[in-house]
Amino acid sequence: MEYIVHILILSGIYMILTLSLNLMIGYTGLTALGHIAFAAIGAYTSSLLAINFGISPWIGLLAGAILASFLGLLVSYPALRQKGDYLALTTVGLGIIVYSVLKNWVALTRGPMGLNGIPPFTFFGYGGSNVFGYLVLVLFFVLLTLIVLRNITHSPFGRILKGIREDEIAASAMGKNVNKHKLIVLVAGAFFAGVAGCLYAHYITFIDPSSFTMMESITVLLMVVFGGMASLRGSIIGAAVLVIFPEMLRFLGMPTSVAAPLRQMIYGLLLVVLMLWRPQGLMGKFMFKKTL
Amino acid sequence: MLLQVDNLVKTFGGIRAVDNLSFEIESGSIVSLVGPNGSGKTTVFNLITGFLKPDSGTILFNNTRISSKPPHSIARAGVGRTFQNIRLFSQLSVLDNIMLAFKYGTGENFFNGLFQTRNMKAKEGKSRKRAEELLHLIGLSEKMDVLAETLSHGNKKLLELARILALDPEIFLLDEPLSGLFPEKRVQMLNHLKELNRNGKTIILIEHDINVVMSIAKRIIVLGSGTKIACGSPEEIKANKNVLSAYLGKAIL
Repeated sequence: MEYIVHILILSGIYMILTLSLNLMIGYTGLTALGHIAFAAIGAYTSSLLAINFGISPWIGLLAGAILASFLGLLVSYPALRQKGDYLALTTVGLGIIVYSVLKNWVALTRGPMGLNGIPPFTFFGYGGSNVFGYLVLVLFFVLLTLIVLRNITHSPFGRILKGIREDEIAASAMGKNVNKHKLIVLVAGAFFAGVAGCLYAHYITFIDPSSFTMMESITVLLMVVFGGMASLRGSIIGAAVLVIFPEMLRFLGMPTSVAAPLRQMIYGLLLVVLMLWRPQGLMGKFMFKKTL
Repeated sequence: MLLQVDNLVKTFGGIRAVDNLSFEIESGSIVSLVGPNGSGKTTVFNLITGFLKPDSGTILFNNTRISSKPPHSIARAGVGRTFQNIRLFSQLSVLDNIMLAFKYGTGENFFNGLFQTRNMKAKEGKSRKRAEELLHLIGLSEKMDVLAETLSHGNKKLLELARILALDPEIFLLDEPLSGLFPEKRVQMLNHLKELNRNGKTIILIEHDINVVMSIAKRIIVLGSGTKIACGSPEEIKANKNVLSAYLGKAIL
């Protein structure tokens, strides 16, 4: 039972990441491939605050999310000047930079050894090692993310985001400030990724730079594409399926040396099948145009 | 003068696409910008609307300098344009395409969206009604909920016009609004343009069909290699030798 709850908690954390990345890619058309970097900032900020200063994870969560937003603000500098493939490469670079800093700034992050003994969340004094309690906490944040993103996207503001995705030039010819909107999206997306990173850190209670590699960003991207661009429901389904499905491999009794690469192979296979039969994703409302 | 263009220069590499161009547009007039392909007509539009920055020269709109402003502020100031190669929001509905163009003011603010405020909903309701009226006017009511990319070429052109009507600028810069249209749709489009002008709107029209230009424009500006080679009423242009040579080449004597 605890195992199932554990999987649900992980799905929930990935849902927050996927939803926030969908805001950037699916709704606004910002091809950001360094999403996990924002999560890493959130995770390390609240963990370090908790370990070094004994600050409550609740405050750490807010601090981590805000610091991640600042990174989003920083990324906006190149992001407002580049599009498409160029932006994708820049954000990949961002992911690598954050990873390298975490790995090499040993004095602060203890480098590859990682941070252990991160205190869990506590609810008004109740112990934090209770996985059921943690599930409720994560679901609360999933719901919060979902409501916020639903409200943003179901509004004139959200319509402008979709307009920017479709045609930036036309959007600015209609008097919409494209840069301002992209900036808000990057900051908001980074905020929620920071929240997800923080939830992860205080749940696992151990983080090291290898939790936040390029591969993780790709996994989240895969969840967005799988579930469907510009569909919040799709992101929920995409994250859940791609977390739960590989876990089933465990029951086949394979050694981990086989199961881990098999997981990657299944991701690859799923993506190929999906692109052939349903290129817009399961619930997708938008498909990248073929640009020739 | 509604729009004043002074000594505008724009070069791309070694090519002077717009070369010391000056003209003025009176409020309430229809002016047509004509010229052979590559004479710089669209570049002039891009300069006026801020998508390109001029190398030198100034553009005044309502006596305010707009040549250094970003495109969205120029659009908000009251300069609207359509594009030669139609630029719709392809994967949004026809209705959304129009609603996106309204000036919502605070209704489109991030926090109004986040908290789904009453203010936003009231504005949204109002603009939806207005969008439906516009679609009715333009004859696309039945296509309201389909994706813009599924429309026919003619309907796309009409939608682009409807969208700019929603923006409600003072001056309309229309880049070949009639190109590729079925005769019936051409008449419909031309009637819309005349109606606009009757309501006091200023129009600058890029158009290749000289019959249309002669029938609708009060004044014609002829461009050739980025410079103004003639300017005047349709009758004056017809009689102008420079125009003939720009279009057909010079006689060798």
